[in-house]
Amino acid sequence: MSNNTADIILKVEDLKMHFPIYRGVFQRQVGAVRAVDGVSFNVMRGETLGLVGESGCGKSTAGRAILQLYKPTAGEVNFEGVDLIKLRREDLRKMRRKIQMIFQDPYASLNPRMTVEQIVGEPLIVHSAATGKEVQDRVEHLLEIVGLNPAFATRYPHEFSGGQRQRIGVARALALQPSFIICDEPISALDVSIQAQVVNLLEQLQEDFNLTYLFIAHDLSMVRHISRRVAVMYLGIFVELTSRDELYLNPLHPYTQALLSAVPIPDPVVDARRKRTILEGDVPSPVNPPSGCRFRTRCPIAVPLCAESRPEFREVKPGHFVACHLVK
Amino acid sequence: MPDILLDVQGLETTFKTPDGVVQAVNGVSFDLKEGETLGVVGESGCGKSVTMLSVLRLIQSPPGKIAAGKAFFFGQDLLQMSNEEIRHVRGAQISMIFQDPMTSLNPVLTIGKQLEEPLMLHLGMTKKQAEDRSTELLSMVGIPNARDRLKDYPHQYSGGMRQRVMIAMALSCSPQILIADEPTTALDVTIQAQITDLVKRLRNELGMAIIWITHDLGVVAGIAQRVMVMYGGYIIEESDVNDLYANPSHPYTLGLLGSLPRVDETERHRLYSIEGAPPVLYSRPNVCPFAPRCKWAMEHCWNENPPLEPVASRHNIACWVDVKTGRPR
Repeated sequence: MSNNTADIILKVEDLKMHFPIYRGVFQRQVGAVRAVDGVSFNVMRGETLGLVGESGCGKSTAGRAILQLYKPTAGEVNFEGVDLIKLRREDLRKMRRKIQMIFQDPYASLNPRMTVEQIVGEPLIVHSAATGKEVQDRVEHLLEIVGLNPAFATRYPHEFSGGQRQRIGVARALALQPSFIICDEPISALDVSIQAQVVNLLEQLQEDFNLTYLFIAHDLSMVRHISRRVAVMYLGIFVELTSRDELYLNPLHPYTQALLSAVPIPDPVVDARRKRTILEGDVPSPVNPPSGCRFRTRCPIAVPLCAESRPEFREVKPGHFVACHLVK
Repeated sequence: MPDILLDVQGLETTFKTPDGVVQAVNGVSFDLKEGETLGVVGESGCGKSVTMLSVLRLIQSPPGKIAAGKAFFFGQDLLQMSNEEIRHVRGAQISMIFQDPMTSLNPVLTIGKQLEEPLMLHLGMTKKQAEDRSTELLSMVGIPNARDRLKDYPHQYSGGMRQRVMIAMALSCSPQILIADEPTTALDVTIQAQITDLVKRLRNELGMAIIWITHDLGVVAGIAQRVMVMYGGYIIEESDVNDLYANPSHPYTLGLLGSLPRVDETERHRLYSIEGAPPVLYSRPNVCPFAPRCKWAMEHCWNENPPLEPVASRHNIACWVDVKTGRPR
């Protein structure tokens, strides 16, 4: 998978996103929230890379830093060979046509005072991709693509259900015919029966338009379902990255193993037979992460070495990366 | 045969809204046996929380109204009790934990103060006794340095620990029934596993009955003995847990299970999806409430709302169709 470099659409190198903390009368910087603390990975054209982790692990921040919604502290974000971090404002704006985002909360991410037509048409106008009647036609077509009745174009977001709103968000993301979409927890605010509708839509669109997704979520079952490869994040770093089946059938990092065993399976017979690893305690603060391996404070198999040095994120098998001293 | 602790019959709850009167719970009947864990599953707005809040008379009125029904607890109808009487049941004999532990805890009172209050109120303990018991309770739910942590405020606790505090609080008066309303929904999956594990342990130690309300069919599979599935304010399927997952018989339950990806899934396939969205009912339907979204719907479904009837031993559904054959039952 990784042998054909021509297929890499996004290459992230040692990306860091630290948010400074200021204190006192002179507002001196006293520390930083190290939300993303050095992650490197590639995304192949046409694939879905799943990014999972618990709240506060930095997965959404990573997504936003890639899109330059935050100015990353350090690192490189190469999209189709161009480093987005170094781009000037105007060039970056042009680049954004190709990278779009779908947000978690379909209630907060749509302007309540704009009609669906205005919401979906806005990117077309802002980027001068269409004018006048053309905008209207494109919007109607986009609504059809995402399974909404084009006659609803003049309605406001509050007239739609959560699932329909998320479809509006998808239509807006598709307006400029992007090649890469960052999906930031696109289904976690939706009811179970609606989640499947939206996921099926995303899969269909990926086939139809050869889209590449970075799918950020905390739901491991859904990530397994939609992704080709999956990365697991913990406290600002990647702990494991491999193909979906390898990750789920042969997880190597103790955190991945615990995370997988904690996911409930909707089958009482299978669930009762499973061996579960229950992690103690909570995720430490990203302001002051543990020395060495960040997972060591909750790791069931940690040894003294884990406190001394940070394990390298290395390829232990072709295409299987893991950051753990104890994995051979 | 264990005794029936709680027997709810024909419960109906409505809410007055500017758009009309919403029929939130439409004649729900169920019972809960001693030591049993009942899972209540459904999507938002299906009436699962309102049912349990009605039983405890925690529905704000107006706009809410318990329009009909009975809820017998040790021979007494909770819905007919005086406010004074129901207050003694709540917290002491039936207690409840909620989804969001941050909003359920008072941010300006210490954890200790909030734990001690019901002990002094319901059990008449002295301050000193209440403090000792609170320490014991916090250690029981797995909070280290319990005595010191009594002095802390809720914001000094993490989300998972706050939910532990809520559980400690709910169990402080040794209730016969614990109602847990989406207790793990706001929590991360590793913390969710900690909490379900804790509740299972406490259930075995203390022997209380539990009603576990959730939208997550996965969580219910691991904790409940009996499950009821709700839709549009009706119970549409009810069964022992193993039979429900082995033989889901209502099209909605089938659809819900089919729309869930599984972490142990091996082959890729499109998820089954139920078209449309859950209803808000402004009047009691005389058709099956699920018919508009049901791929098996036939003429009868549009003429009469099916009652809850047995399809197998201890397994009831409200549906005119046999999903195995696609024909009328």
